[in-house]
Amino acid sequence: MALLDRTARGLFLVELVKGMALTFSYMFRPRATINYPYERGPTSPRFRGEHALRRYPNGEERCIACKLCEAICPALAITIEAEPREDGSRRTTRYDIDMTKCIYCGLCQEACPVDAIVEGPNLEFATETREELFYNKEKLLANGDRWEALIAANLAADAPYR
Amino acid sequence: MFENVAQLWDQLPLIIRIVASILVITVPLLIGMAMLTYFERKVMAAMQLRQGPALVGPWGLLQAFADGLKLLGKEVIIPAGANRVVFVAAPMLTFLLALVAWAVIPFGKGLVLADINVGVLYLFAISSLGVYGIIMAGWASNSKYAFLGGLRAAAQMVSYEVSIGLVIITVLLCVGSLNLSKIVEAQKGLWFFIPLFPMFIIFFISALAETNRAPFDLPEGESELSGGFNVEYSSMAFALFFLGEYINMILMSGMTSILFLGGWLPPLDIAPLNWIPGPLWFILKICFCLFCFIWVRATLPRYRYDQLMRLGWKVFLPFSLIWVVLTAGVLVYFDLLPK
Repeated sequence: MALLDRTARGLFLVELVKGMALTFSYMFRPRATINYPYERGPTSPRFRGEHALRRYPNGEERCIACKLCEAICPALAITIEAEPREDGSRRTTRYDIDMTKCIYCGLCQEACPVDAIVEGPNLEFATETREELFYNKEKLLANGDRWEALIAANLAADAPYR
Repeated sequence: MFENVAQLWDQLPLIIRIVASILVITVPLLIGMAMLTYFERKVMAAMQLRQGPALVGPWGLLQAFADGLKLLGKEVIIPAGANRVVFVAAPMLTFLLALVAWAVIPFGKGLVLADINVGVLYLFAISSLGVYGIIMAGWASNSKYAFLGGLRAAAQMVSYEVSIGLVIITVLLCVGSLNLSKIVEAQKGLWFFIPLFPMFIIFFISALAETNRAPFDLPEGESELSGGFNVEYSSMAFALFFLGEYINMILMSGMTSILFLGGWLPPLDIAPLNWIPGPLWFILKICFCLFCFIWVRATLPRYRYDQLMRLGWKVFLPFSLIWVVLTAGVLVYFDLLPK
């Protein structure tokens, strides 16, 4: 009887028809992928992407050259040089991040007492040459200006959990 | 006005009329083939919960043309150890044979380039010749993968042609003519896929094997033969194989529609259905068959070589043989043989 059953199943292509019905039903399900450059998946406020140096709303840069980020950086990716500005405040003259060394651990952001260096939400900063990944202060400040709205929103969203 | 056009048409030299009719068939066919690759990618994507091509042109419709242009711009590489003449001739032959077969396909009542009375034999012969392109490619490449692919293609196509032949014989028994238009006319009222349903299934599965489509795509077998018979091909030579394969797919779908799905006939000869012109019905049926081709590809994994041979020789051959005898017996006993 089992043999008969199996033969009948084989002859009438039962399994085959079942499989075909399954794929057909899948055709009408919503797709699981997103149309990436035009659609994006959600990112967490804690997302650690491209670095940025922030400014105060009056345009003054936040960084006070305390070098805590340089000290804590496990990949030794940050290089800072500092001297007092004409008005006597302590500022960086050089703030470089070697993005090829950076491991995106976020410790610089944690260490910063004035929320100056942050890892922003941007993850699309691939470049054509290696040299373009050696970020200097201008680049980092420009990043800060570009992403400030999102960075501020993300910091505010994450603040209750810190 | 139409009479004027018809008169003008008759006054044209024969050669121009022939070339024009060939172009009228070939150009839509090539565009249809391009659309078929797009359709295949979209349908497969939908079944795999993906999106498919969406960037080139509206909804990605021009993707196939972009791919074609890309292939045109590539370098033709002929391997050092290859037999140059055969290597270059193989894709041309594949493409040529895929196109030549369309001469006898009737698109509607009287709409056929060459209304010969052995149309089925012609189609059968041409589709059998199709294997030569692949064997030549496999042999001339002088590469082990290509050679294995060619051998597999030869064995596979020969095995499945046997059952296709027997299926065609059953249809011929019911029609009494080898003319494709007569075969379609004979299905007025009852399409052959209803009385000959098992034969229809066998024909469709054999058509999959004949066109080297999944789950019988062993000659290509990208996971085991890294592309099979066309590993060594690049540029337009590869494109010709690609074109040939897809045109063959459309051809086999056309054959399925003619032999079993009533060609250009509407499902029922009643008012709203027979307003739609015959060629449109034919195209719709071809599209349905092509959808099944793609649907099968999206569903089934590739057969193992011994399974393929077993299915061809130990299942399809005896089964179709029995059905030939059975059909013949029924036709004779009930005196239904076409006079």
